[in-house]
Amino acid sequence: MSDDKPEKPADAVEPPQPEAPTPMPKPKPKTPNLALRRLRTGFKPSRGQAIVAVVLALVACVAVVQVRVNRADDGYQNARREDLIAILDGLGQNTRRLESEIADLEERKNSLSSGADKAQTAREQAEAQVRTLGILAGTLPATGPGVRITLNDPQGKMTSSNLLDAIEELRDAGAEAIQINGSARVVASTDFVDDPPGIRIDGQKVNSPYVIEAIGESHNLSEAANFPGGLVSEVTGPQVGGTAEVTELTTVPITALHAPEEHRYARPAPSPTK
Amino acid sequence: MIAVLGLVIGVVVGLLVAPDVPDWAQPYLPIAVVAALDAVFGALRAFLDGIFDDKVFVVSFVSNVLIAALIVYLGDQLGVGSQLSTGVVVVLGIRIFTNMAAIRRHIFRA
Repeated sequence: MSDDKPEKPADAVEPPQPEAPTPMPKPKPKTPNLALRRLRTGFKPSRGQAIVAVVLALVACVAVVQVRVNRADDGYQNARREDLIAILDGLGQNTRRLESEIADLEERKNSLSSGADKAQTAREQAEAQVRTLGILAGTLPATGPGVRITLNDPQGKMTSSNLLDAIEELRDAGAEAIQINGSARVVASTDFVDDPPGIRIDGQKVNSPYVIEAIGESHNLSEAANFPGGLVSEVTGPQVGGTAEVTELTTVPITALHAPEEHRYARPAPSPTK
Repeated sequence: MIAVLGLVIGVVVGLLVAPDVPDWAQPYLPIAVVAALDAVFGALRAFLDGIFDDKVFVVSFVSNVLIAALIVYLGDQLGVGSQLSTGVVVVLGIRIFTNMAAIRRHIFRA
């Protein structure tokens, strides 16, 4: 009741004032002061002030705590049951969707990795084939066991057919790569032309002594050269009158290369098996 | 002056102590805060009206908070908790606006 005291003087003038806001033209200087004056007097300490202070402190404290709790929790604590069920439902759907996505991606990954394996295998096979074909086509150097046949033809009587026979006998005996004089690689398209005193191989002049190097089973190859009526007997025979020497070697390096020419007419046809 | 001091002290205490709200009180605390705000604004209006009474204030404050919490509790028990708390907040909000309008009229005469 002590707070009534400061109010009293104001209250004494009050009775006319509560109606003051409605009839505006009434005494103006007094009316605006009233509420403000009460505010100002309200700053004086009193019991009511103390009670209000305590209550306000309580409210402020709780409000702050509530704000903090609201900010701290993840929103599930205050959520009601149906909200939680909705949230759970959404999460379940999300999970199912993500799981199916995982399965999809796994499947794609598997197919991709098996595809990559396939591609890798295919590439390895292709590379192996390139190596094999490169030796066959004479575009790659080769090394391996074989023979070296040295034919000496002092009279220049050897013909291209002698050499061709020699090559064919060596091929029959399983020669896999052949070069002549270390400069002419013998491949499928190699041609031999007489050009006395020598032979032109693929347009390249080759002279005596002819050194034929061939990779293959060395014993078979030397047998093929030495058999009666074969290369050696022909070269050493009366027709040519030269000398022949056959050496079996454990390593014959074949370094001469055949420059492949672009085919003018033949084109690879699509393979029906692939 | 003391009232403003109390407000500041309350904020500081709330920030410093930061007590844990027990689980059972958590659904009711926000409603109780809104109800308390309504009571505080009502008190301010009454004060400016010149009819402020501390006893009335304390009683109205406590009853406001209790009734708000009770309504929410009842709503929870009946399974309409969220709707009821929305309703309580709406009603208290309207009351706060009305009180604020009266306070505004008192202070700014507009």
